[in-house]
Amino acid sequence: MESGLGRSSETSLKASPSMASNTSRNTDLDQQGGRFNSMDQSFFARPGQSFPAFPPLFGVQSSSLYLPDDNEAKIGNQFEPNPSLNNPTVDWDPQVMLSNLSFLEQKIKQVKDIVQSMSSRESQVAGGSSEVQAKQQLVTADLTCIIIQLISTAGSLLPSMKNPLLSSNPAVRHLSNTLGSPMGFGSSCNQRPSSNNEVTIPDITKTPDYEELMNSFNTATQGESDELMKCQNSCGGEGSEPIPMEDHDVKESDDGGEGENLPPGSYVVLQLEKEEILAPHTHFCLICGKGFKRDANLRMHMRGHGDEYKTPAALAKPSKDSSSEPAPVTRYSCPYVGCKRNKEHRKFQPLKTILCVKNHYKRSHCDKSYTCSRCNTKKFSVIADLKTHEKHCGRDKWLCSCGTTFSRKDKLFGHVALFQGHTPALPMDDVKVTGASEQSPDSEAMNNMVGSIVYNFAGSSSDDIPNLDMKMADDTRYFSPLCIDPCFGGLDDFTRPGFDISENPFSFLPSGSCSFEPQNGDS
Amino acid sequence: MATPTQHHKRRRLSPALHDVADELLFLILDRVAADDPRALKSFALASRACHAAEARHRRLLRAFRADLLPAALARYPTVPRLDLSLCPRVTDASLAALSTAPSVSAVDLSRSRGFGAAGLTALVAACPNLTDLDLSNGLDFTDAGAAEVAKARRLQRLSLSRCKQLTDMGLGCIAVGCPDLRELSLKWCIGVTHMGLDLLALKCKKLKILDLSYTMIVKNCFPAIMKLQNLEVLILVGCNGIDDDALDSLDQECSKSLQVLDMSNSYNVTHVGVLSVVNAMPNLLELNLSYCCPVTPSMSSSFKMIHKLQTLKLDGCQFMPDGLKSIGKSCVSLRELSLSKCSGVTDTYLSFAVSRLKNLLKLDITCCRKITDVSLAAITSSCPSLISLRMESCSLVSSEGMHLIGKHCSHLEELDLTDNDLDDECLKALSGCRKLSSLKIGICLRISDEGLNHISKSCSDLREIDLYRSGGISDVGVTHIAQGCPMLESINLSYCTKITDRSLRSLSKCIKLNTLEIRGCPMVSSAGLSEIATGCRLLSKLDIKKCFEINDLGMIFLSQFSHSLRQVLTLSSVNVIIAIPCFTIVLITY
Repeated sequence: MESGLGRSSETSLKASPSMASNTSRNTDLDQQGGRFNSMDQSFFARPGQSFPAFPPLFGVQSSSLYLPDDNEAKIGNQFEPNPSLNNPTVDWDPQVMLSNLSFLEQKIKQVKDIVQSMSSRESQVAGGSSEVQAKQQLVTADLTCIIIQLISTAGSLLPSMKNPLLSSNPAVRHLSNTLGSPMGFGSSCNQRPSSNNEVTIPDITKTPDYEELMNSFNTATQGESDELMKCQNSCGGEGSEPIPMEDHDVKESDDGGEGENLPPGSYVVLQLEKEEILAPHTHFCLICGKGFKRDANLRMHMRGHGDEYKTPAALAKPSKDSSSEPAPVTRYSCPYVGCKRNKEHRKFQPLKTILCVKNHYKRSHCDKSYTCSRCNTKKFSVIADLKTHEKHCGRDKWLCSCGTTFSRKDKLFGHVALFQGHTPALPMDDVKVTGASEQSPDSEAMNNMVGSIVYNFAGSSSDDIPNLDMKMADDTRYFSPLCIDPCFGGLDDFTRPGFDISENPFSFLPSGSCSFEPQNGDS
Repeated sequence: MATPTQHHKRRRLSPALHDVADELLFLILDRVAADDPRALKSFALASRACHAAEARHRRLLRAFRADLLPAALARYPTVPRLDLSLCPRVTDASLAALSTAPSVSAVDLSRSRGFGAAGLTALVAACPNLTDLDLSNGLDFTDAGAAEVAKARRLQRLSLSRCKQLTDMGLGCIAVGCPDLRELSLKWCIGVTHMGLDLLALKCKKLKILDLSYTMIVKNCFPAIMKLQNLEVLILVGCNGIDDDALDSLDQECSKSLQVLDMSNSYNVTHVGVLSVVNAMPNLLELNLSYCCPVTPSMSSSFKMIHKLQTLKLDGCQFMPDGLKSIGKSCVSLRELSLSKCSGVTDTYLSFAVSRLKNLLKLDITCCRKITDVSLAAITSSCPSLISLRMESCSLVSSEGMHLIGKHCSHLEELDLTDNDLDDECLKALSGCRKLSSLKIGICLRISDEGLNHISKSCSDLREIDLYRSGGISDVGVTHIAQGCPMLESINLSYCTKITDRSLRSLSKCIKLNTLEIRGCPMVSSAGLSEIATGCRLLSKLDIKKCFEINDLGMIFLSQFSHSLRQVLTLSSVNVIIAIPCFTIVLITY
């Protein structure tokens, strides 16, 4: 038994790199003490044994699984008695059971088909070992699914078994993980309908049939009133009280998947758990348990654990997949129910990548814990956003009269163009400087000028007119901007006779009013 | 005993003046001012009523000193225009001293410096009805100033030429603040980009005249400008950012209101771009493509899509073969054609073109050196209504051509024959152009006093005559002109070495003379200049360079009497150049 299971898990792992990280979780679980060990043993043989065989593939596919940091807490949750489970009769629903059984039937038939196709092609195909392997893995996965579904169905039947089953849930999941069966039942047993997709590894879905089934299953599990779900709810531990479906249409900018219009059935929807999204690390060392954000960093780290990790093959970046089959289009769903990015939303808009999921979740559903240290007003939940902001913080130099600031001039002008009465405003300090410096001389001059109108010209005149001018108020030269006398010296005898005093129309006027030369009246 | 009668007279006169409606009085004063500009002064001195009437009549206040503005505005409370262009320095304080002047609607600060945003704040606050503001050459003018100008909400005309510090921000303020703007000059405002212009086009829908010469605008400002429904004049002189690609982006017939387009000195425009322009603006009346690109036949035949084209300026362009010919075919409604300094203008093409352009009123063929009497025969025979002909340096045209002008073009008002082969006989023939008001016969060495006598006898309307380096002229000829042409405003006698003080004495009778150039006349002395100074009180420009006989004495006369002088070109040999109220002195030192 041990060898058989070991082999199957080994093969499955080769095709499904995600298993590596699954196993890392197993490690975690094992490390947490043998709480589930007894149950583990009852479902499969020594999962711990399997992982030494595949460390080189460790953490190959980062997108396939995000392990929650706090397994402990979650498991704790699972143990909490669900109020709905207290009365077993309430949970027993023959309809659900029926649908479960029919599903199982369908599943078994599918596995049968696969095995049949394998046997028929075995004679022809010589070099398709990888394909055979993949199919084997597929069969294993499906079988695991069936087993789990069976157990869960049975569990719902037997109220006495509830608690043991509950406690065994992680183990069940463990089993499914180890066997490379990501499919629904394993995880859905755990009452984590979201995580069933998380382990929908593209590599497994080799045959079109299978894919079709997968999709149908996905849609089935997505169905809000799916009876299967209900059944699982009843059997599972983690009470999933129905959340009212609200439209939390959070405005999102760059969460991806915005522009594309994939038809709903054309892609696989994965949904990660909140804890997985918020986990700081996604890649874990199997040996020491250290977590990493990047697979490459992990590979570098692994070199320290022995020479076998230093081979070029181990260090190489794992190619997407060796098989000829193109990976199915994968999209992600936000675990926040009611969010537009949640798959149950009426206008569901999937997220394109894991990174999109992480950023979206943090931006939309988490507290904004990072505050800009410069302005102390802007808050962010994604640290990269904070860094981007800090680059421009304080540089909002484009100001509108309404007080809005802009970091770009064209944005300001767009704003001004849009709103009636708004006008571009200059930075306050600029205006202040010019305004303040001129203020006092202005008022002074104003007073002076008022005085000048009241004939008090000499006293009020600006500095550049010497009082001397006063004497010659009737002289035309008075109007010169320059003072004549110092320059002319002894010229008075010449200028006086030539000067025609009647030329000055203002000789009878107060001197202060003759400030212009009234020639060219209409020119 | 005498005192009561005087009082009585004054009392009797004043009610009489009050009885006359202001409109009538102003008509009389206009007439009086036209005859003798200084008569208004005398009138204002006659009585208090006259004084008040003169104050009401005045339309323009041209101040010499900005700090006396408040008093001047108190004297003339109804004056609408304020010209500060004679005040080189206008401080914030002097503008702040302005009391409210609701009558002032136009202010000219184009030559003033020294004021900032604070001064403009005061100005805008003092003149609530400001509609016309000229802030050209405001090198210190910043966006802060523009924000203050924007508070003049009634502004209709604004010139910001050479306000190089202006950016989109300031322009944006003005665009939002002055929605009635009809005329805007942003010449040399190199800080302005399409963003500011977009906003301007959005907010100032009434804009009619827009000058964007020498700005850095590129293609993307066109969509906004073309959306201006009322734009009639667009000046894009020297916009090197405008190229064929930019013009190609213009939609077909995108601006139906545009009437005048000036794209001279746009070096990156070729005939392809011109074709786009022609397609985009079908209602053009005037098109200026001077110094742009070679004129090809296809380009000039595309002009026929602009049916109403009246003015076409192609100065400095190179004409490809048949390029000029197709202008004749395609622009039959043309009234003004300018071909100065064009290469490739030959007798064949020009005579073909003008033979089709029957409506031509103005023709400029300056420096078209290849044309001969053949062209002139075609011009004079096919364009009899010509009022302006400029043909400086058409050296192949002989005196026979000149005779043709005198014979056929009796409507000519402006004639430029500088540097042509002209003699007294030609002048006699030209005296047939009785309506001449401007005659330029510089560098015509063969003309003499006798020729001028013919001119003076027949062309009594002459206002401007240019006799630069016409060495055969002496005092007799100048005296003929001065006596025969009392309306003379401008005369150039530079390097007419024979003239003496007698000429100046006779010219001093032309009281409207405002420009006198006697550079390089060694026999002119201070005595002559004193005659001019006392006689021609409107003199504003004077060139006395290289008149070595003129000394300080002449300058003193100028300072005493020529209060209108704004520019004197002189030499450092003259020591006293002070006390002339406000003018620019250009000193030339050896």
